[in-house]
Amino acid sequence: MTDPAALPGGAPGPADNTVADNGASGGPLLRTEGLTKVFKIGSAMSKKLALHAVDDVALSIGDREIVALAGESGSGKSTIARLLAKLYKPTAGEIYFQGRPLSQIRGHRQVLRYRGDVPMVFQDPFASINPVFRVSHGIMRCLKLHRPELSAAQRHEEAERVFAAVGLTPAAEVLERFPHELSGGQRQRVGFAQALAMRPKLILADEPVSMLDVSIRIGLLNVMADLRDSQGVSIFYITHDLASARYVADRLIVMYAGQIAESAPTEEVLTRPRHPYTQLLLSAVPDPRAPLNVGAETDRGEPPKVINPTPGCRFRWRCPLAIDECQHVTPPLRELLPGHSAACHVARADAPTEAFR
Amino acid sequence: MSSAPGEEVLSAGPADSTATMLEVRDLSVEYLLERGTVLAVDRVSFDLAAGEFVGIVGESGCGKSTLLFAIAQLLAPPAEITGGSVIFKGRNMVGLTDSELASVRWKDLSVVMQSAMNALNPVKSIQAQFADAMRAHGVTSKAEIADRSAEVLRMVGIDPVHLGSYPHQLSGGMRQRSMIAMAMLFTPDLVIMDEPTSALDVVAQRSLMVQIKELQEKLGFAIIFVTHDMSLIRHFSDRLMVMYAGVVAEYGQTGEVFESPMHPYSIGLMEAFPSIRGPRVPLTGIPGSPPNLARIPPGCRFAPRCPKVMARCEAEPPGLYQVNGRLVRCFLHEGGRAQP
Repeated sequence: MTDPAALPGGAPGPADNTVADNGASGGPLLRTEGLTKVFKIGSAMSKKLALHAVDDVALSIGDREIVALAGESGSGKSTIARLLAKLYKPTAGEIYFQGRPLSQIRGHRQVLRYRGDVPMVFQDPFASINPVFRVSHGIMRCLKLHRPELSAAQRHEEAERVFAAVGLTPAAEVLERFPHELSGGQRQRVGFAQALAMRPKLILADEPVSMLDVSIRIGLLNVMADLRDSQGVSIFYITHDLASARYVADRLIVMYAGQIAESAPTEEVLTRPRHPYTQLLLSAVPDPRAPLNVGAETDRGEPPKVINPTPGCRFRWRCPLAIDECQHVTPPLRELLPGHSAACHVARADAPTEAFR
Repeated sequence: MSSAPGEEVLSAGPADSTATMLEVRDLSVEYLLERGTVLAVDRVSFDLAAGEFVGIVGESGCGKSTLLFAIAQLLAPPAEITGGSVIFKGRNMVGLTDSELASVRWKDLSVVMQSAMNALNPVKSIQAQFADAMRAHGVTSKAEIADRSAEVLRMVGIDPVHLGSYPHQLSGGMRQRSMIAMAMLFTPDLVIMDEPTSALDVVAQRSLMVQIKELQEKLGFAIIFVTHDMSLIRHFSDRLMVMYAGVVAEYGQTGEVFESPMHPYSIGLMEAFPSIRGPRVPLTGIPGSPPNLARIPPGCRFAPRCPKVMARCEAEPPGLYQVNGRLVRCFLHEGGRAQP
């Protein structure tokens, strides 16, 4: 678990509403400031509509930390992952990796280096591995590209090491298989092994277990926790499954309609949610060990598409607690308790919010 | 299709509303492939009463979707029903011709597929697709079609203005709900659902489950619901069937199976998902993967992954034993022993 701590004064830019957290090197491994991504939509004739997929997001990820980003489909989770992976260029705001702004990482070699430091694991293990090659193919290419100093024998050794690290054993044998000979869970482990081969600092994992069977998911979550503990890798874990976030993540960020709704250490968010949306998400998690709760049944809403937004809370249409202020003023992300922030006018530090039970 | 058992098979009186509506007996499905046959469903039997909600859970490839397709007579080559019967309202569905099935489909029995985006026609409006189904069953009055379409859409909580919408204009949750609305057009007796919520996120999933249950209570249809997520149906299904590698591993009242799972596979499934409440405990899931159904092991199919495996399990297949009203396929419960 990471102790929340203030950012050092030397860190560039204002850090007032950044979710504070401190890595061993003095600053967070990665942080964003006012990160915004707007997509122009509509016909070529009238490019008037602006879809705010990610809006003014400040978050940080520390060393050896698993940060979970949770929210519904369309809340901007994957857009953030792609921004962090440098697949999209932010419309506004900046991402700092080890203190260095991403906009300054240019040129083939620097970008390659960043991609090695911050690789991505994709959602669909059936589409993300080339089916016509043995699984060793992808990992050997990664190694050739990102670690050219290794000899062929060393590459093979390294491939076996990372396969073993993600539980693909016997590694030498699994390396020679084709993707269709592996189960979904094994393929997703291959995805993590490929990321690991680059000796990453941070793995961006976009819903890595949502396509897998429930019985296999837990194995992958254990792999993620193990990568953090034994390899010192941080993981940005995107999910809509709060129970799995609770299982592996140190910190949990809840997103709604492109903005951060709530952020705190995982257990804190789950036991003392302050944002009504977090409560809605929590009440929707199926829990066979608890009796059926009926409070969430009234919500049939969906997250809005944020097109040409006006000020005001984006959750107000679904929120049973909305007050007048919510209609006109966008709630800022406020730190209510140490390390625990929520973007809600109604939420208070000293009292739980009772929106969905 | 191989030999279709005729009317000699037990038939439930359709007049009696509490009687069994669907009887699946020793149903087997094989995929006939060039490199051999794959026995995807192996002699599965169960009954379904009117208005009952049965959940079927298991891993990918355990045969649960194949079983559903076999019940709905939707299998296409290379899959084939190679044995058993599906008696629906007193009539064996196995071996019926397409035209005979057409009168049953939508009217008495409808199917909601996993991915509504693929199940709905992308170039037709919702309204046109509803009208298609109704015209196929002899409803020709435009007013009646419009009225009923609006009514079923309202039933699932969608504003009827969306009748004119095309599938891509709807969100995932709305698409899935319109599929369910379509399944309700003729108020069928049985609705078969193949992971209808798996493409949805947790809030939409939850509201869809609640809605399905409400509709069922209101309209009284029976449901067969297939999912790989047991936790989802804990509070909704009456009975629960756990399938493993093409066979029934355990079958009983949902509450009882959750309270005290008996088959080691069911126990493993119960312990496979993290909880949102309570103490945080390390979990292991179920190591290993299911057997290749083209080469079924001689003994228990779960033996290679089973933490309680005995020498005998690898030699002979266990039967399906009756234990306090539950069915369990495990030697530990042979002869009706509740405790191993």
